Amino acid sequence: MLSADDVRRALTRIAHEVVERNHGVEGLAIVGLQRGGVWLAQALAELLAAIDPQHEVPVGSIDVSFHRDDVGIRPIVPASVTDIAVALDGLTVVLVDDVLFTGRTVRAALEALNEYGRPRAVQLAVLVDRGHRELPIRPDFVGKNLPTAREESVIATAEGVTIR
Amino acid sequence: MRHLLSIDDLDADDLHRLLELTDHMMEISSRPIPKVPALRGKNVVSLFFEDSTRTRTSFDTAAKRLSADTMNFSVSSSSVSKGESLRDTIETIAAMGVDAFVVRHRSSGAPQMITRWTNASIINAGDGWHQHPTQALLDCYTIRTGLNRRDGFDGLRIAIVGDIKHSRVARSDVQAFAALGAHVTVVAPPTLLPPSLDGWPVEVSHDLDSLLPDLDVLYLLRVQRERMEEALLPSLHEYSLLYGLTDARAARLAPHALVMHPGPMNRGVEMVADPGELSGSVILNQVTNGVAVRMAVLFWLLGSGTDLTEAP
Repeated sequence: MLSADDVRRALTRIAHEVVERNHGVEGLAIVGLQRGGVWLAQALAELLAAIDPQHEVPVGSIDVSFHRDDVGIRPIVPASVTDIAVALDGLTVVLVDDVLFTGRTVRAALEALNEYGRPRAVQLAVLVDRGHRELPIRPDFVGKNLPTAREESVIATAEGVTIR
Repeated sequence: MRHLLSIDDLDADDLHRLLELTDHMMEISSRPIPKVPALRGKNVVSLFFEDSTRTRTSFDTAAKRLSADTMNFSVSSSSVSKGESLRDTIETIAAMGVDAFVVRHRSSGAPQMITRWTNASIINAGDGWHQHPTQALLDCYTIRTGLNRRDGFDGLRIAIVGDIKHSRVARSDVQAFAALGAHVTVVAPPTLLPPSLDGWPVEVSHDLDSLLPDLDVLYLLRVQRERMEEALLPSLHEYSLLYGLTDARAARLAPHALVMHPGPMNRGVEMVADPGELSGSVILNQVTNGVAVRMAVLFWLLGSGTDLTEAP
């Protein structure tokens, strides 16, 4: 559905939108959701560094397994260990994920983030919004809106986005 | 898996998976607010028929960090002292709604018996001379991080020194270390070895001094004073001369070697040197890691829905 070039262009646009919305990159922190959001967070941080080399934007990753609302209902396999090296107090956190679906992972992430401090604001960037939300959660930055059927699965990598 | 009764219940893959899960629990424990909601609404009951402070406190802390409710049941303040049977005790408490029992009992096999009387998960926190699986897991985790051996213990030389015969820690540790690939030697006077070591994946030695320079891990067991009364040891002093960790022995250990002890320590008996002065001592790390390992076990049994082998 998206080629590697499409993904790169979408990310570049998101990077510029993030800078525009926040009037620069000062006071930002990028946090990728395990696992799919981690490479995106890294890529976004590199693009932001290219736009404004003066300010370094901290990048982290967060595993939300223990905050999920379906613990005990389905198998939960934690991905890599959460890595957030800075206190998030007062920062604007841009949460990054590959595919936004029901919104439950993002809800868990919002709760998990609180344990690392109190961000000034949290914004959400996703490469693909595939719909079917089950919670009142809306992304701030979207690479591509992709209408899907519930039972389909969406695979997003740096090489492109496919629906199966 | 529903219960953790013995290291036998786990194969090498399970061990690795539990140790990886423990990495997550260590990260949670390092947060400013070390608590996650994963086991909200689960009820974990500690049932200790034998004295213990650290194991009980460790399980209690672990359950609380995962937001489970905890209840403590100690024998002295219970109906057991009025003559209630173990089965009646279990069934009564289980009727209040229990998801997991953490059981310590002086009789080997008691936790196994209890699994028949309740649907709750049973975690063995030490039964007689038999098993103490969470101790073995925390020891594995301590070695894994202390020597940076994430992929297993292949080629590591570990000596377990002391009262092997009466030690559930030794039984569990030997199995777990060997399952991860370590070369284990048990070191003790003949009176403190089991009558037969058939089936134990170990070598036996009565001479600690000759082993010291080659060890990666020196694991000291507590010498129980009641063994003196059973005439298994001529004197604590003699034990200490032959098997105690003195400054002179500590100096002969390799610089990277770890010194471990399950606690509580007998200073001046198996531990003659000051553990605070030993560069290789990871005894307090064992305690810290114990909480994280028990979080991993609780989450594995109560929270992961099904086996961790299946991806979501």
